[in-house]
Amino acid sequence: MKCMSTPLVKVVDLKKYFPVKGIFFTKGYVKAVDGVNFEIYKGKTLGLVGESGCGKTTVGKLVLRLLKPTSGKALFEGKDIFKLRGKELKEFRKKAQMVFQDPYSSLNPRMTIFDTIYEPVKIYKIKVSDPEKFVVELLYRVGLNESHLYRYPHEFSGGQRQRIAIARILALNPEFIVLDEPTSALDVSVQAQILNLLKDLQKKMDLTYLFISHDLGVVRYMSDYIAVMYLGQIVEYGPAEEVFEKPLHPYTKALFSAIPIPDPEITRKREKLRVPGEPPSPINPPSGCRFHPRCPFRQEICNREEPEFIEYEKGHYVKCHLYSRK
Amino acid sequence: MKSEHLPIIEVKDLYVNFYTYAGVVKAIDGVSFTIYRGETYCLVGETGCGKSVTAKSLTKLIRPPGRIEKGQVLYYREPGKEPIDLLGLSEEELRRIRGAEISYIFQDPSASLDPLYNIGYQISETMYDHGLISSIKEGFLKAVDILKSVLMPDPETRVKNYPHELSGGMKQRAVIGISLSNNPRLVIADEPTTALDATVQDQIMDLLKKLKKEKNLTVLLITHNMGLVADMCDRVAVMYAGRIVEEADIYELFKNPLHPYTKALLKAVPNPVKKIDKLESIPGTVPNLIYPPPGCRFHPRCQYAMEKCKSERPPEIWVSSTHRVSCWLYS
Repeated sequence: MKCMSTPLVKVVDLKKYFPVKGIFFTKGYVKAVDGVNFEIYKGKTLGLVGESGCGKTTVGKLVLRLLKPTSGKALFEGKDIFKLRGKELKEFRKKAQMVFQDPYSSLNPRMTIFDTIYEPVKIYKIKVSDPEKFVVELLYRVGLNESHLYRYPHEFSGGQRQRIAIARILALNPEFIVLDEPTSALDVSVQAQILNLLKDLQKKMDLTYLFISHDLGVVRYMSDYIAVMYLGQIVEYGPAEEVFEKPLHPYTKALFSAIPIPDPEITRKREKLRVPGEPPSPINPPSGCRFHPRCPFRQEICNREEPEFIEYEKGHYVKCHLYSRK
Repeated sequence: MKSEHLPIIEVKDLYVNFYTYAGVVKAIDGVSFTIYRGETYCLVGETGCGKSVTAKSLTKLIRPPGRIEKGQVLYYREPGKEPIDLLGLSEEELRRIRGAEISYIFQDPSASLDPLYNIGYQISETMYDHGLISSIKEGFLKAVDILKSVLMPDPETRVKNYPHELSGGMKQRAVIGISLSNNPRLVIADEPTTALDATVQDQIMDLLKKLKKEKNLTVLLITHNMGLVADMCDRVAVMYAGRIVEEADIYELFKNPLHPYTKALLKAVPNPVKKIDKLESIPGTVPNLIYPPPGCRFHPRCQYAMEKCKSERPPEIWVSSTHRVSCWLYS
């Protein structure tokens, strides 16, 4: 996979610490993202999974430069996005877009659909001969039509709103889209519509996705590669099918076996790897391997030394002492 | 199967409306089902299909602008004896049943607990109110045992903790503890793990299974998660737009779904253990229940819709002794 081409997005040792303010001093840091590495190839989807508070949304915001990192680099087309200035930065902002989780708060209730979708075009001063026709074409691409043009967001359902949010970013012809839980506010029957729409658009427009979600079923359906996050770090990364069929890290195994499968024959008979407790606070994360307090395979080394992120099989990375000894 | 056993709750032809400024929301439109002793019965459906409203109606927890218009909820206190209609009882009589014989576990454990009292007090209070103990002090001792039974880590310390000192999973364990403190006969769990993370959800579900076995509970589980349904239930009813469209034994439903909505719903859920090339989606959205579609409420989204579906409400058809469906395709 690596020899194919250079990745569109490459993240190198990215860190983001949020200070916890006391009255006079900074009391500590929330280590939301703590040394994350991954690559996304053009036209592919990287699925980023993890439980709430593991830092997956912060990663999404960092790779779009919506947040400044504490340290580390994020390369887009080979250039560090945190060093971009002026024209280059504006070009990057156009090419890299985001779809948010909640379509009820990401649309301005006082703007018509036409204004909402046309606003980015005005901001970037893109020449459009017939604005109305331009917006209608976008609406068709996301499965809406011209009758929706001059309505307001409150007249639409959640699924339709998410379509509008997608049309808005398509107006700029982006290359890279961060999808932050785009369907978790939607019902199952509507979720499938939006997921299929996103897949179709990816094929037609050669889009590259970073798909953030806690729903493993959705991630498997959407992704070519998977990164599993736990407490600010990626513990496993690899091709989606391989990670799902042969998970390596104990946390990945535990996470996969915790998800009930919509089939009573399978879900009641399968073997589960159960882990006790809940994810600890990212303010003072556990020493060594961050998963060690909950890990059933914990060894003596695990609370002393942080495991390295190693390539265990070709393209399949894992951060665990169980595999580093081999 | 447990279905041969005796019923504990029989809901008959329930109608609930909400009188809002926008109009009358016909939230529950003729719902009937029976829960048998010792089983886990599940109501599954999407947002706004009426599953929570149904659960709350059982003990008249519906507040204005909502109103129970019609129907019966027969509660068989003792097996085989004459039932009582819960909807006919006074608030005072119901209060004696709620929390003692029929108890609830709600979705958000932070909202179910009072931030000003510690966990021990909140468990004791429920038992004290229902006369199980004579003083709150006595309750604290019992509360430790209850927290042990819900597998709370370090129960002696936790009993003195306030809700903000506990994690989400621990709070839900405390809520389960409160709801089981009076040895209820029926527990209604309304999306009990939706606010929790995957690994914690799994722990709570394991706990519910264990407690159910130990205490011989009957559980009504309300969820939108098909995975949980598959994992937990004995029988399941699929709800759509205020009506039950299909009810079956759990294995039967997943193997042989009959209603077009159930079929489509099962195909629309992405399965984490299978590679799926194309998900099937259901066109359109859930209808607005102020103006529900006439006839079958699913007909505008149904690919098999016939003329009849648009005007006449489909009858309830029993295709086998454990499987019923409301659809004109099977009449």
